[in-house]
Amino acid sequence: MTRRQSGSGSSFAGWRLASKGLFVLALLAWETSVRAGVVPALFFPAPSTILATLVRSLASGEMAEHLAATLGRVLAGFLLGSVPGFALGLFMGWSPALRRVLDPFVAAAHPIPKISIFPLLLILFGVGAFPKILIVAIGVFFPILINTMTGVQQINPIYFEVARNYGADWRKTLLRVVIPGSIPFVLAGARIALNVGLTLAIAVELVSAEKGLGAVIWLSWQTFRTEYLYAGIVLASILGIGFRNLVRLLSARLAPWQTETHH
Amino acid sequence: MGLECRDVGLVYPARTGEIRALDRISFRVAEHEFVCLVGPSGCGKTTLLKIVAGLLSPSSGEIRYRIPGVDGAPRCAMAFQEHGVFPWMTVLENVAFGLEMRGVPRAERRSRALSFIEQVGLAPFTDNYPHELSVGMRQRVSIARAFATDPEVLLMDEPFGSIDAMTKMILQQELLRIWFAHRKMVLYVTHDIEEAVLLADRVLVMTGRPGRILEEIPVPLPRPRDPRDRDAAESIRIKEHVWSLLEKEVAGGLVRNA
Repeated sequence: MTRRQSGSGSSFAGWRLASKGLFVLALLAWETSVRAGVVPALFFPAPSTILATLVRSLASGEMAEHLAATLGRVLAGFLLGSVPGFALGLFMGWSPALRRVLDPFVAAAHPIPKISIFPLLLILFGVGAFPKILIVAIGVFFPILINTMTGVQQINPIYFEVARNYGADWRKTLLRVVIPGSIPFVLAGARIALNVGLTLAIAVELVSAEKGLGAVIWLSWQTFRTEYLYAGIVLASILGIGFRNLVRLLSARLAPWQTETHH
Repeated sequence: MGLECRDVGLVYPARTGEIRALDRISFRVAEHEFVCLVGPSGCGKTTLLKIVAGLLSPSSGEIRYRIPGVDGAPRCAMAFQEHGVFPWMTVLENVAFGLEMRGVPRAERRSRALSFIEQVGLAPFTDNYPHELSVGMRQRVSIARAFATDPEVLLMDEPFGSIDAMTKMILQQELLRIWFAHRKMVLYVTHDIEEAVLLADRVLVMTGRPGRILEEIPVPLPRPRDPRDRDAAESIRIKEHVWSLLEKEVAGGLVRNA
């Protein structure tokens, strides 16, 4: 049960250092090959140029505004999609009958590229903020549902017997066994879902928004200001790291019985 | 008075036809009595315990309780084999779980749980999670929870089955002490003859599958008992008798399973 590892002769700090070293090395290689003219700066601007653009555009508030627009869509969509995904996942994981009835629909709907129904959502809900949030919500719904369902299914049946033996009704069983027992899987699902949500928000912004990282990326591509395109991509990566840290923070709060989060 | 298991049988379907797990099992457990069920592995001891707990329904027969002051089904607390404690609850929450389910107010269940945590020697670990404890300590949590719930009937399923011999002796000592202080009705499943004779007022010997009660053996050793008394002449005589009954069953099981 303990997830503390101290094996293979190297400490955590050592691995972290190696990871950072590799990153710096890759950046240096990129920078020098641009400066040497080996790769065209138009398509692959130097890291220093990208960084300068990023800092300047964030400081001016221009990029910050785009970042906020995307993040707002992701978080709103996440809330809208994860709540029903979590609730349905709990009951589908708990009840084999419900799972048998609904799982084929989930399986069939999951692989549909969410962006492909975006035009439909535009017709249904107009061109406002809602369809963009809704598409994120639909994308978030599936990983949360599937992970929650799996999380409930992998709970050792003995815990349900213990709960029954001590007289737990269904609500107590839900609160004291089903939810805490599945939380680690739900959190792993949340990390996947946040990234799916970000991908979808950017995809939607590519085609139909004036604000957002997707809009920056598309506009800068059309105007050949590729350093902005890369700055947008870097921000997406930074958001990904932020999501990971957010989920870790949540894990420590919501699942303190797990010494190390293992996802 | 007490618990009566009458003609309980259990048959369940399998690929190769029906499997008879339990066959017309009848016995009684009186109030304040400690009864051990011993039998070869696979004889359906755990299944029988789950039927008594109401977690499984028998195919035939019935479980009856007659306990003064209790209408209907009494409270059964079960101490499970391994893994019975919730990994997501602290020691305190685990021990208080039964009380929480009964709707006992928070302050009261806290003080009751703390008293039993102390009785099993886990006071310094009240707010720890099970993964921070050894297997033996987790088992103590399970036992403290069962006692703290203040059940009319305590059902224990090889609670010390996966614990090393030395820790086991300590835990048996603790169990004897706690039981002697509270005198609950206990039905205790084990495949350890030594343990059965140490703990029980009566030992029920079961056959291999389908499980039947082969013999009831009273254990008239004086109480309070201690694991160190196991070499007393009377104790040895009873153990030899139990083993003489079980030997054929276990050997028969080995041939059948080969």
